[in-house]
Amino acid sequence: MTDFLAMGGYAWYVWGSYGVTFACLAIEVFLLWRRSRETEA
Amino acid sequence: MRWFWYASPQTFFPLAGRLARWSAAAAVVLMLVGLYIGFFVAPTDAQQGEAYRIIFIHVPAAWMSMFIYVVMAFWAAVGLALNTRLSGMMAAALAPTGALFTFIALWTGALWGRPTWGTYWVWGDARLMSELILLFLYFGVMALRAAIDDPRRADRAAAVLAIVGVVNIPIIYYSVQWWNTLHQGASVSLTAAPKMAATMLTGMLIMALAFWMYSIAVTLMRVRCIIRERGVA
Repeated sequence: MTDFLAMGGYAWYVWGSYGVTFACLAIEVFLLWRRSRETEA
Repeated sequence: MRWFWYASPQTFFPLAGRLARWSAAAAVVLMLVGLYIGFFVAPTDAQQGEAYRIIFIHVPAAWMSMFIYVVMAFWAAVGLALNTRLSGMMAAALAPTGALFTFIALWTGALWGRPTWGTYWVWGDARLMSELILLFLYFGVMALRAAIDDPRRADRAAAVLAIVGVVNIPIIYYSVQWWNTLHQGASVSLTAAPKMAATMLTGMLIMALAFWMYSIAVTLMRVRCIIRERGVA
């Protein structure tokens, strides 16, 4: 598990990429969900 | 399919909701499969070690950033030519997701560039610059639309800018051939055998499909909001 998280020494680059990417997608979905709730009301 | 029936925002509204739900479900499943292949099936790269695993999001995001722009410009052109209401709304709905994937392509590219090229960013590199211009084009289209109060006029103004900006897409795509850049050439093309292991390619293509489904889902969700906000459904 620690080996996996270490990514052969590239942890910051790999997890920095994946973390930001999926955070962006999650934020977009959340903002859209909020917007659709506002427009329905 | 009665295409012209669905060209009206009112009739498209419920269809967009159904399509968005199915695309969202497909996106989640494909992402899980793609990530599993990307992290547990695809082997470690002989030259780049584990750093190469960024490929599974970088390349699909870069493809989406260009593809969404072309689709946005297509709807913009349809809106200008036929004066159909839904076209401008589709173009408006695509821009933020396109900008998001452009940012992701730049961000993951920077984090991949550091371990492989020794630098996060190079000013003046043709591939990096043309992709950065793409981000500014998305921002420009969104800002221009936001600056004009009347939505139909805003759609037309944004459409002209979107269509002019299409010239940047082939520049991004061929930048690695036309100029001397740090960026490597295409790893996948329709005319040559792929330059990577089969499992790597599979993982990348599944992630690309996942990003497609994600883009379809959020764009349709957003176009539903726009239809409601403009008071046509």
